[in-house]
Amino acid sequence: MSAGLSRTGRSLILLAPLLVFLIGFFVWPLFSMMSQSVSDTAVLRLLPRSAEVLPGWDRKSRPTMPMQTALMEDLKAVDDDQALGDMVRRLNSARSGFRTLMSKTTSALGDPANPPADLVSIDKRWEKPEFWLAIADALSPLTDRNLLAAVDLGRNAAGDIEHLPADQSVNRVILVRTFWIAALVTFACACIGFPYAMIAASLHGWKRDLMLAAVLLPLWTSLLVRTAAWFILLQERGLINDLLQTLGLIDGPLPLIFNRTGVIIAMTHVLLPFMVLPIYSVLITIPKNLMPAAASLGAHPLRAFMRVLLPLSFRGVASGSLLVFISAIGYYITPALIGGPGDQMISSIIAFYATGSANWGMAGALGVVLLVATLLLYSVYARLSAEEPGRR
Amino acid sequence: MKTIMKSGILAAVAVALSASLVSPVFARDLTVVSWGGNYQDAQRNIYFKPFSEKIGKPVLDEAWDGGIGVIQSKVKAGAPNWDAVQVEAEELALGCADGLYEKIDWDKMGGKDKFLDSAVNDCGVGAIVWSTAIAYDGDKLKEGPTSWADFWNVEKFPGKRSLRKGPKYTLEFALLADGVLKDELYDVLATEEGVARAFKKLDELKPNIVWWESGAQPLQFLASGEVAMASAYNGRITGINRSEGKNFKVVFPGSIYAVDSWVVLKDAENKDAAQDFIAFASLPENQAKLPEFVAYGLPNKEAAAKVPAEFSKDLPTDAANMTDSISLNVDFWIDNAETLTQRFNAWLAQ
Repeated sequence: MSAGLSRTGRSLILLAPLLVFLIGFFVWPLFSMMSQSVSDTAVLRLLPRSAEVLPGWDRKSRPTMPMQTALMEDLKAVDDDQALGDMVRRLNSARSGFRTLMSKTTSALGDPANPPADLVSIDKRWEKPEFWLAIADALSPLTDRNLLAAVDLGRNAAGDIEHLPADQSVNRVILVRTFWIAALVTFACACIGFPYAMIAASLHGWKRDLMLAAVLLPLWTSLLVRTAAWFILLQERGLINDLLQTLGLIDGPLPLIFNRTGVIIAMTHVLLPFMVLPIYSVLITIPKNLMPAAASLGAHPLRAFMRVLLPLSFRGVASGSLLVFISAIGYYITPALIGGPGDQMISSIIAFYATGSANWGMAGALGVVLLVATLLLYSVYARLSAEEPGRR
Repeated sequence: MKTIMKSGILAAVAVALSASLVSPVFARDLTVVSWGGNYQDAQRNIYFKPFSEKIGKPVLDEAWDGGIGVIQSKVKAGAPNWDAVQVEAEELALGCADGLYEKIDWDKMGGKDKFLDSAVNDCGVGAIVWSTAIAYDGDKLKEGPTSWADFWNVEKFPGKRSLRKGPKYTLEFALLADGVLKDELYDVLATEEGVARAFKKLDELKPNIVWWESGAQPLQFLASGEVAMASAYNGRITGINRSEGKNFKVVFPGSIYAVDSWVVLKDAENKDAAQDFIAFASLPENQAKLPEFVAYGLPNKEAAAKVPAEFSKDLPTDAANMTDSISLNVDFWIDNAETLTQRFNAWLAQ
């Protein structure tokens, strides 16, 4: 009994680095991303008095004196600049103008020589219900605001969910575009990767090594370098256009850069190894005599391919496609450098919210949307690959 | 017994390993962060290396691409691994309000009156004055554009244009092209009609715009002939002329200038050394060496006076260049950056 326990204990200790790694670099970041997207305590924790007074307000009329006094008391009690910063960022994201309004207000309240009677005397903007609405809507500890905004929805003044106006709706278009580009790239990778892997698997010796090296070498080169190389090749006076024009195949330069074509070409090249390698690893395990056997039974080569090789290598194609697709939906650098404005993918929006405006809630919410989409895809893949053994 | 000892040792090793991942054992050297490229190479020669020799300790330097989120996450996590950072004006204002920076010891810097007003802040000391202006290739366009209206005029000046992807600068330039006077620029942009007017003007040029994101791109586009004109950072334009013998021109009328500042991250390990470094980099005799390498204006007034005429004519702070240029309105952008970026992205995706 005790021997069994110590064995378990020992194996747990051996597993500890892995567990610490998984928790530290996988579970915890995912959890904090999800909680960031729904937690909304930045305002509530600094404005407890306002939180008591504001629910009594009719959300339309001018702010009452008790509301102003409560907010002034709350603001005077704040002694943590970073917490104040978080609150202001949250409010400014709901209503532009809070940044300057708050810094004006806090510096006026901090002036002991000349205490202001009410907020409106500090800045006229405090008369407007919009600013108070933004505060009132930020006082519950949990919010669906970010998740809704991630799919272009929002709540109106009455609290009902509705579409955001067209000039603020961008996420849904970009999400659909992200999945579409990823799908096209996956398709292109499969079309090139499958024949490539087939040829590589049928060769021997240095020829096979050479083909594999041709796939692996780019994989070890920095993504940025490969993207920059495509930039040079594809540009209007780049190698490809120059060559085609010298050969007299085209009259003017083909538009290959700053559009979808360029993005697909460059991303397909970058992601091709992730398609070729899984397919190759499945193909080399398929006995070489199956195709001749099919032929000897009278199958046309195409029919033999469709009925024998393709079903057997399906697992490789599926895992390759999954790898390529999931990598592709997170692409950032390649569309930014090679694409036009119509080719930006969702990660550029996430990057803006995370590093550009420190709006972690929005960045987290978009991340959650991507994560959910990826999990859905993975479950489809898991189901497809689980069926495989039964069919054999 | 033996097994218990073994597992004890294993556990100790595991703990030691994970502890070494968390806490650095050695003290970190002063780390200075700037914008990379030619500019940081110049800074390394005139600030970082001499300062390292002066204090007798290494000075590490890193490059970054900006973004208040980067600074915020470093400071919030505690014990930031950067000490002195060069930030843009908005990052200075946002971070100072949020308590992400140490307060500047202005006595160390030689007093506030030694600097331009716009370079003085509780949390930051101005490092450079830089501007975003129209750039074009003087060898290809003999008679170049002189205003943003010319930039928009694709009949008179055929070819594509390049602008920075984002609402900042772009909306301002669109309004200037639409005939808004520079003194009314931000009043117009502060209204809903003004923003709509800017986007309407951008609609006209949209099919001809190639957007850039990093500062080197617009000059690559110009050099490769991909675009006929671009908005670009003036220091980079002059830099490429000097390093690659190009004849790119800077159009200062209608350009927008801003101040970049040195800040010290809150509770950074070497915060005192960082203040000393900033004081060193702000000395007139050190700062005056910069324009020879990069054409950015100097916030230290004494330093600005020491710059030889051959270099000072290229600086945004030169009197002739300053006349018709515009100062970036930082307050407007800290209030509106998020909403307008959202709107800009929606416009772009249409």
